[in-house]
Amino acid sequence: MTDLIDRPEVHPSPAATTVVVHRDASPAPAQVQRTLRGVAKEDLLTLGGALVSAMCTALLLFGRLAPVSGSFGLVLVAYALFVAIYALLVLLSEERPAVLDKVMAVLMATAALVAGIALVTVVAFTLWRGRVALGKTNLYYQDMSAAGPADPLSVGGIGHAIVGTLVMISLALLLTVPLGLACAVFLNETRSRAAGIVRTIVDAMTALPSILAGLFIFATWILILGFERSGLAASISISIMMLPIIIRSADVVLRLVPGNLREASAALGAPQWRTVRHVVLPTARSGLATAVILGVARGVGETAPVLLTAGFTSTLNVNPVKGPMVSLPLATFEFVRSPQPALVARGFATAAVLMVVVLILFVVARIVGGRPAGRVSRRQAGRLAARSARDRERFDALDARELEVSA
Amino acid sequence: MTTVYAAPAADLPAARPRRLTAPVGLGDKIFKRGSLATGCIVLLIMAAVGLFLSIEAAQALRATGVSFLTTSEWQPDRGQFGIAAVLTGTIAIALVAVTIALPISIGTALFITEVAPAGLRSTLIGLVDLMAAVPSVVYGLWGLFFFQGQVIGVSRWISSWFSWIPIFQVTGADPGSPLSSETVFTASTFIAGIVVALMVMPIQCSIMREVFSQVPIGEREGAFALGATRWGMIRIVAIPFGRGGMIGGTMLGLGRALGETIAVLLIISPRFDINFHVLEAGSNSVSSLIALRYSEASGFGLSALMAAGLSLFALTLIVNFTASAFVARSRSGASSEA
Repeated sequence: MTDLIDRPEVHPSPAATTVVVHRDASPAPAQVQRTLRGVAKEDLLTLGGALVSAMCTALLLFGRLAPVSGSFGLVLVAYALFVAIYALLVLLSEERPAVLDKVMAVLMATAALVAGIALVTVVAFTLWRGRVALGKTNLYYQDMSAAGPADPLSVGGIGHAIVGTLVMISLALLLTVPLGLACAVFLNETRSRAAGIVRTIVDAMTALPSILAGLFIFATWILILGFERSGLAASISISIMMLPIIIRSADVVLRLVPGNLREASAALGAPQWRTVRHVVLPTARSGLATAVILGVARGVGETAPVLLTAGFTSTLNVNPVKGPMVSLPLATFEFVRSPQPALVARGFATAAVLMVVVLILFVVARIVGGRPAGRVSRRQAGRLAARSARDRERFDALDARELEVSA
Repeated sequence: MTTVYAAPAADLPAARPRRLTAPVGLGDKIFKRGSLATGCIVLLIMAAVGLFLSIEAAQALRATGVSFLTTSEWQPDRGQFGIAAVLTGTIAIALVAVTIALPISIGTALFITEVAPAGLRSTLIGLVDLMAAVPSVVYGLWGLFFFQGQVIGVSRWISSWFSWIPIFQVTGADPGSPLSSETVFTASTFIAGIVVALMVMPIQCSIMREVFSQVPIGEREGAFALGATRWGMIRIVAIPFGRGGMIGGTMLGLGRALGETIAVLLIISPRFDINFHVLEAGSNSVSSLIALRYSEASGFGLSALMAAGLSLFALTLIVNFTASAFVARSRSGASSEA
């Protein structure tokens, strides 16, 4: 601890004396603003030193006595050593709370790093194992009808799965978007007593394991009603799964629309449906788009319900109501279950294509939904300004005509 | 001069609030009826799924009674079936997943809200959301073809040093012999749990991040003003504030982990006995049981599968509702939507 003020010696004298604190007459050194942000050089050096010494110790230990094998174990041991050495190094120069603070910061950063590494390895491994098949253009437009299990990658492709995914997801969108958005409007805009029940049930259905959605359609649509396994059956089962997701996120987005916008619209005399149509929905447009896109991203990647309801085929089928249809995740699953290396490679390529599709949807969702409700992009703002200007002209013209009439 | 008019009080009718009515136009009538109708349709669809599953499952449940919960075999055609093994397997995988995901998600959430520089924050949030959007079959592939090979060494190490803890025992493993087979460690609950952990981590993380970002700035700065370090502030302000959200987020992740199908199906090798040895080869889960057996099931077998599915649904439902109750009751959860 440092005392900032020089304390005067207080003499234990009985008389009450006033002690004048003598300050140095010399001007204090100019105060320099300390940097509070960023990482200090010393911290970096400590981190680096701890890292290097941990690596060396781990490598030394590993050859000698630790019974762990594999690079994963090496990393674990090195990391444990790193944290210990780092704590020790910081302890040399800091107090205990500061040591704890720094060690915890390192642990938190590690957690984020682990998550990041997991994501990167998942993406990179899939792309790497699929790289040969991904390089062949026939992958994208041929189907597997002409290719046997042992055929090389230059024959056959996953065109049928790409088409199947597109057909299924479009059908699912046709079913879920109107229903989901209308239901979210119902939950938010009408003060109906039924809204509470509907919201509870929708919340409950988000817990429905996706395989059960598939099992339900399999038991009713296919076994009881006697329809064949088809793209339509698969898209219905995907819809059952997507619907609660879309309703829930759209519900949240609509709740964020400021109430004073609704009131302003009502005060201008708009009936409720016009308020919803012209105020609420346009305000929440980007959020609603995000809700739908994220629902689609979940639906595209869903394997379990499709496995039960779509059947499996190796030929291209564009008719959703007749004959089995296959989607990208299902094709991946079926490919990698085979022992043939060529098929496994195709499986990885399929997974990579699927991942790219999800990634694109995701990026679109971020771009569309990045803005909060009511904010508009520059182009939209320009368009709105132009419309206002046109309105102004119209009103001015009306005013001028009225003046003429009265005159 | 002020003149007071004595108004005859009795003459005036008591002031009563007027009833305000506005004529409801045709458009609004259609809108109201229409939106109510969509609400009802959604309600019907959802209720139909639940009801149908229950009715179908009832047949199997009636046939077995209580033994459905205690039998671990699955042979519906002989009347011998129950969820003792599959349900415990499901729960074991989910628990392993949550145990692994929890520290990572808490750490990542705190890193994003408290430690990371502001410029990095939105990128990190995007990456976590992206992790949630990666299809489960892709995680399954990664687990089966890549991660399993990496983690077996760790499995072996845990089993040879900690096999005195019952859950880490592995039958057939011989720590003395370096040449002992590695297949006793593959396809285990542990490996499936790690892969599922990657899937539930982003869900937990985003809820916790949401909660931590709502910590009142006054309390945060108060802690700093009292001389707390950053970790001190997190410990005495952020974590107590966000506790409800942390518990709720964890349980929502648990709910997702319980229902995971394809990744588990790819990794585990199914077995039908109650197995608490998480490192040992073989495990089972309700959803992978359904995916494996639906095609060979007769009418009664299907009903049995539905009963198993219904028990899983009931479990996830309880977990999810408890989770939302926790999130909603916490100080921080009042305005957040999971």
